[in-house]
Amino acid sequence: MADPADQDHAGAAIELRGVTMRYVQDAPPAVDQFDLRVPPGELLVLLGESGCGKTTTLKMINRLIEPTSGTILVGGRDIAEADPVGLRRSIGYVFQGVGLFPHLTVGENVGVVPHLMRWERGRTRARTDELLELVGLDPATFRDRDPDELSGGQRQRVGIARALAATPKTMLMDEPLGALDPITRATLQDELRRIHDQCGLTSVMVTHDMTEALMMGDRIGVMKAGRIVGLGTPAELLADPGDPYVERLLATPRREVRRLEALEQGGGAR
Amino acid sequence: MNELLLDLDQNLTAHIRLSLGALAIGIGISIPAAVFVAPHARLRYGVLSVVSVIQTIPALALLALMVPIFVALTGDGLGFWPALTALVLYSMLPIVRNTLTGLAGVDADVIEAARAMGMTPVQSMLRVRLPLAAPVILAGVRTAAVWTVGIATLATPVGQRCLGNFIFTGLQTQNWTSVLVGCAAAAALAIVLDTLLGGVELGLRRRRPPLLWACAAAIAVMFGVGLGGPYAKPAGPVSGPTLVVGAKTFTEQYILADVIGGVCEDAGYRVEGMESLGSAVVFEGLASGEIDVYVDYSGTIWANHMKRTDTADAQTVLDEVSRWVRETHGVVCLGSLGFENAYGMAMRRDRAEAVGATSIDDLRGEPVSIGGDYEFFERPEWDAIRSAYSLTPSETISYDSTFMYEAVATGQVDVISAFTSDGRIAAFDLVVLDDPRGVIPPYDAVLLVSADASQDEDLIEALRPLVGSIDVEMMREANLMVDRDEDKRSVAEAAAWLRERIATDGESGR
Ligand SMILES: Nc1ncnc2c1ncn2[C@@H]1O[C@H](COP(=O)(O)OP(=O)(O)O)[C@@H](O)[C@H]1O
Ligand SMILES: [Mg+2]
Repeated sequence: MADPADQDHAGAAIELRGVTMRYVQDAPPAVDQFDLRVPPGELLVLLGESGCGKTTTLKMINRLIEPTSGTILVGGRDIAEADPVGLRRSIGYVFQGVGLFPHLTVGENVGVVPHLMRWERGRTRARTDELLELVGLDPATFRDRDPDELSGGQRQRVGIARALAATPKTMLMDEPLGALDPITRATLQDELRRIHDQCGLTSVMVTHDMTEALMMGDRIGVMKAGRIVGLGTPAELLADPGDPYVERLLATPRREVRRLEALEQGGGAR
Repeated sequence: MNELLLDLDQNLTAHIRLSLGALAIGIGISIPAAVFVAPHARLRYGVLSVVSVIQTIPALALLALMVPIFVALTGDGLGFWPALTALVLYSMLPIVRNTLTGLAGVDADVIEAARAMGMTPVQSMLRVRLPLAAPVILAGVRTAAVWTVGIATLATPVGQRCLGNFIFTGLQTQNWTSVLVGCAAAAALAIVLDTLLGGVELGLRRRRPPLLWACAAAIAVMFGVGLGGPYAKPAGPVSGPTLVVGAKTFTEQYILADVIGGVCEDAGYRVEGMESLGSAVVFEGLASGEIDVYVDYSGTIWANHMKRTDTADAQTVLDEVSRWVRETHGVVCLGSLGFENAYGMAMRRDRAEAVGATSIDDLRGEPVSIGGDYEFFERPEWDAIRSAYSLTPSETISYDSTFMYEAVATGQVDVISAFTSDGRIAAFDLVVLDDPRGVIPPYDAVLLVSADASQDEDLIEALRPLVGSIDVEMMREANLMVDRDEDKRSVAEAAAWLRERIATDGESGR
């Protein structure tokens, strides 16, 4: 399993202070005066509809894009002063579209960052096998396969293993379970949560599915038009949604639950 | 055929050396250039435009252009380097274009993933973008390879030995076996190279390193054979000074080069032939000292190099040409070989009789069709003839000089710009029309020696007996031996016959 060293440390805290991202001048910003603190070890879910600025927020945290204004701290250090390449190698990133390298095998994909960091071959290989096992793929079977010989769920697993390769303390996940069937998705939700705890990560995960957010998050941050409109643990949000938008997002899982309960009690009435 | 096979190893290895060398350098320049300009739209457009424009220059012209450029830059304008440079320029378009296309086709998500993983831009290019673009780039390399091997056959006229030597000599002497050997060898080379590159491409696509490396190794071996293969082996004694004898692209020139070569060998020189050179190229070569000796024609120097548009009697032209070559290039004109190879307007006897023509004057206003060699209609002689005799041809057609005689013999054209020393004038029973106004300048065959070689008194002594030793009948007969279809002789045989005639005539004359 993961390096024991990882389990001793809690992940590094992530903090955004007044962060604004404006792609086009004079247009409304994609992320607007954003304040957020993710304490070490927390799995925070960012939730919101398409185009509300979730991906933009994640990309600013590992400097794939630079904010127009504001400050971002990872592990207490201002990332604007960090070397972007080193910063990115220390943060795991799981893509919305997976983004596996099609010309590399599964094993080589997982070993990309260790290779960049010039780990010895043997160490990279051991780490690769360990991670494939961690994400539930038998190394002997999958190590030498090409990405296009995998199912969608298997590809997502490889994407997660790749992000974890160089034992990051921080994980950024952009709709990591986006295009999966419900059963695979539910399984992977559990596994992701387990991996997060086991590796002692600080994670920010993006989703547009409230049920998924309720299942996985320590806390949920609800985004709308580049701003946080609700923030709290699942229980807190359910008890006091605060914003009508949050209330509306909670309506769907609530309705599903009521319907299920009704069905289980033998009634069919709506 | 046996003679051809003797040259095959030299011509083939030289061809491999030239084409694979150009391809390797072309790849080495084009891929980095494309990678460098890929992110900048304007630069990308600029570079693509430049390599596209280069492509639109006809290959033969591009090769010929390299000669004056190299003379200006390095003093030497013939042979390997100018030919290589032209081929490198030619190979660039498909490689640059496919590299740009391949890089642009890499999935943006994958490139972003590389960045998010912490790859530097260089790592992303080397580990992700180039490998993913590689199949497309290789397809471009394959196109370039086939082009380069094909176009390398045109290096002959700029003095670089290659498979084109078979084709150029074969075309001029109507030796179709030679043409076929040249074409077949070039085609085979192109197919083998393309297949091996295809193997590399497949190895990359399917990620089968053994196939990839096997094919790459085979190409490397091929190149190695080219580099190591026999270089031009000067004929004659094993040691002693080496002479380069030049020749333009026609039968008479090949025969005379062989005669001169034989004379020099007998005098103890090692002789290297540089044949099938362009008319302008060969004089450049002599002026720069890359060629030591060749035969040119007084009227050619007069019109093409001295840019004279007037005409004068043979002796005046010869004297002025001799003075001019010495004063401008230090070249020594040893004198006329004894015959003239002028332009002569020639007709089939029955056609001439039908029109009632014995001189060009008789063609005034006649709607005749006229055939010329490639240069003729661009030359000052044609302007002079046309205006002096008020010719109004119905048609003017350019031919390869070999086919020009066939054209007039079969009645495709009425008149051709024949060469007066060509054996086919007699063989096809052609009539050379008189030039009563004397507008066609004299074309005495003159022996030219480069500035350096002219310092060698032994050489001058050896060559001098050739002056005045060949009359036009002898030259016509020697030319016809090679050019006729039946009882065809090789250039070497015709040259041997000519030398024998020179020797017997010399004795009887004394
Ligand atoms: N590169 C870009 N240039 C201009 N606008 C962008 C760019 N990327 C995203 N946007 C805009 O910013 C907003 C937020 O996008 P994004 O962060 O991708 O949203 P989400 O991930 O929540 O769907 C959207 O309106 C989107 O159109
Ligand atoms: Mg998104």
